Amino acid sequence: MATVPIAVERAGPGWGPRTLLRRLRSGDEIAHLATLCFAASVILITTWLVYVLWVNSALPRHKFGLHFFLTSVWDPIFDQFGALPFIYGTLVTSAVALLLAVPAGLGAAIFLAELAPQRISDALTFVIDLLAAVPSVIYGLLGIFTVVPLLRKYVQPFLHSTLGFLPFFQGPHYGVGFLAAGVLLAVMVMPFIISVSREVLLAVPVDQREAALALGATRWEATWKVIVPYARIGILGSVFLALARALGETMAVTMVIGNNPRISASLFAPGYTIAAIIANEFTEATGDLYLQALIELGLVLFLLTFILNGLARLLILLTTQRGTAQE
Amino acid sequence: MHMSVNLALQKNEAGPPQGSQAEPAADLRLRMRVYNLNFYYGSKQALFGINLGIAANRITALIGPSGCGKSTLLRALNRMHETVRYARLEGAIRLDDENIMGLDVTQLRRRVGMVFQRANPFPKSIFDNVAYGLRVNGFKGSLHEAVESSLRRAALWDEVKDQLHKSAYGLSGGQQQRLCIARALAVNPEVLLLDEPCSALDPVNTAKIEELLFHLKEKWTIVIVTHNMQQAARVSDFTAFLLNGQLVEFSPTSQLFTTPADTRTEAYITGRFG
Repeated sequence: MATVPIAVERAGPGWGPRTLLRRLRSGDEIAHLATLCFAASVILITTWLVYVLWVNSALPRHKFGLHFFLTSVWDPIFDQFGALPFIYGTLVTSAVALLLAVPAGLGAAIFLAELAPQRISDALTFVIDLLAAVPSVIYGLLGIFTVVPLLRKYVQPFLHSTLGFLPFFQGPHYGVGFLAAGVLLAVMVMPFIISVSREVLLAVPVDQREAALALGATRWEATWKVIVPYARIGILGSVFLALARALGETMAVTMVIGNNPRISASLFAPGYTIAAIIANEFTEATGDLYLQALIELGLVLFLLTFILNGLARLLILLTTQRGTAQE
Repeated sequence: MHMSVNLALQKNEAGPPQGSQAEPAADLRLRMRVYNLNFYYGSKQALFGINLGIAANRITALIGPSGCGKSTLLRALNRMHETVRYARLEGAIRLDDENIMGLDVTQLRRRVGMVFQRANPFPKSIFDNVAYGLRVNGFKGSLHEAVESSLRRAALWDEVKDQLHKSAYGLSGGQQQRLCIARALAVNPEVLLLDEPCSALDPVNTAKIEELLFHLKEKWTIVIVTHNMQQAARVSDFTAFLLNGQLVEFSPTSQLFTTPADTRTEAYITGRFG
């Protein structure tokens, strides 16, 4: 009943039809349109990127097919291109980086968020955020002049003599290789893990800590069994951010990995990553097949990042469902 | 310890207060005693010379307007104030004749449990929430039995027994608060502190918790901070009225609400301020 007069009034002369011009005049529509465009541009750029990589890698895709992923020969002279050593190198260096950086980064984040006095925490966080902004070529120099000699002289002989029975720690110690790249990547991604994890830990409600303390938990028990589990999704997020950076890192890795397309179980051996070979050979690639093989490698790196991110989201989904129902 | 009805608030001995007609004195024991407590947040003093006795197996209510120090006093009783930087206290608080400042803080909190204003279950299953305190304290025995009996005591068992392994976040606000009570009871404390446990709950759930408290005092000593004077009048045996960090009046509840000795108490309970 009451709706009828209201509807009539709305259609009255003061309102008029909602023309496009009218709608644009109210700022809401403009804001809506503008933000929509920005959001859409992300999808557009991604699609365009894949399209360009796809189109420009047609030659090797047709010539090698799936063999591109399964063969390990990289010989531009005889036009043989296989991506396996590069995929392997990318995954191994990233895995080493995360193995080292996640425990150390999480530990540092716990210290900064839970244990350190406020002033020290703020000061250190500032430094860590600075570290995240250091250009990777600088890290590369650090790698060449510090990490590699240290590995060659001290770390690798030590690992060889203690854990040498494992296939990972065998062979000659060059310094450069998977281990050097992994260690350097760990140093580079740690600021991300620390910074994001610290924020996430600080965002855990105080009442969670108080609940644990009031039950007779020690400070460490409250931190490790309540605060960290509460923040685990955010912490995982920081790890995947770090992983994404490690997978795509180019300059610093190129400087210390040894640039040798070989698959070796030993972390002491020199290797190669996708990003490194693209950077090294793109300018000197002669011939369409060679150039397009490099572009296909770019596509592979893109897909690798895509797949790992998808797996990460799946992992988060699974742990959030399971985490609520375990005894 | 006083055995007379006239448990006066004297210099060194604080007890449930004078003139109690309601309580038979013979079974009145003091579980905790607060002597001349001054409390500071940095340079700001929050409590001034509080003397207070907390009777065993009774409910003691702390009332007063916002900022009067009632929550501060409550949190001092199990040293939760230590989580706040620059908070410190002077004076003594005794639990069964031991100074709580000399006890191991985790031991103290196991003996003096706490339930908070907002229900704060862990993001775990109902079972794990109740079992948390037991596990932390190295409980040996049947975890399942202990969890069940705690949930029964908190009058929650019948509602959750078929969903023990579902997330505690699926429970209603009132159920979550009772879960927090069950979690606190599981470690079998001697004293249970409740900091405005019903402030976020509707009347039905508030009534459930009040009834629960009434049963719990058979076994536990309870201190409750409440904003709600009717609640204090309904559930407590003794009521302390605090104002600006001072203990204005401490009497048996029926007396404080019917014949308050201090004009400020009267003004507060009749709603002239607060």
